[in-house]
Amino acid sequence: MAINASYAGRQYAPTDPYQVGRAKVRELAAATAATQPVHHDLVAARAAGYPDLVASPTFAVIIAQAAEAQLIEDPDAGIDFSRVVHADERFTHTRPIVAGDEITTVLHVDSITERAGLAMVTTRCELFGDATLTDHVATVRSTLAVRGEDA
Amino acid sequence: MTTPVLADLAVGQEIGSRSIDVDRARLVRYAGASGDFNPIHWNERFATEVGLPGVIAHGMLTMGLAVTVVSEWAGDPGRVVDYQTRFARPVVVPDPGTATVEVTGVVGAIDAEAGTVRIDLTVVFEGARVLAKAQAVVRL
Repeated sequence: MAINASYAGRQYAPTDPYQVGRAKVRELAAATAATQPVHHDLVAARAAGYPDLVASPTFAVIIAQAAEAQLIEDPDAGIDFSRVVHADERFTHTRPIVAGDEITTVLHVDSITERAGLAMVTTRCELFGDATLTDHVATVRSTLAVRGEDA
Repeated sequence: MTTPVLADLAVGQEIGSRSIDVDRARLVRYAGASGDFNPIHWNERFATEVGLPGVIAHGMLTMGLAVTVVSEWAGDPGRVVDYQTRFARPVVVPDPGTATVEVTGVVGAIDAEAGTVRIDLTVVFEGARVLAKAQAVVRL
């Protein structure tokens, strides 16, 4: 099935909050060799002025990819995940994510373009620290390249 | 934690470098930590069936590993306010063995008014850049 370009411009309803846990902050930091104490040690994080453990710089991808599943796992969008390659990613933070945050995410499909058998799907996740969407935490932009059947 | 001083920095200055060994165990660990269970990152048969040279590292793993050079230099990872890259080439992770990724960070631009510095990362595997336009903005 071909990619459904009519999804471009779509904005999804806010997700249920993602609860940022200390164990997940530590786990992702360890998996990416981020050894700084503010990711792992509550005393160190508080001494540095944070209310809790600080998430590592790419942590928001966990929250964003969960939100992006609304698009990718939608059969009508026509995205064959086995043909997907990650093309680019960008994190822009208003403030760091810390353990204890409850992040509500709004997914936007910014563009879908096709050329030479390759579809580029660009999404943007706006992450907020509250359900009223006033405490902006980060913007996560991501482009997936989806190879066509013949590519 | 010591924080670099903006006024002491110069464009082109190297801020740090790191050589990182990636093996299959690290891919599995990252898959579990991130929730990205795409089989191209752990299943050789699946990866080759979809046309890849073998099991490849998650682009997001490489991106996450590379930024540690910036976070450690900045002293506080919370100072990394913007971080972007394009995924130019895959990092193919052998079994047995490791893929070695070389990361170098250089001051790319200084914005004294905003109090920020852009660090440009060079991330190389087998002699070729795997991340393109890998840039982190640090607030100092």
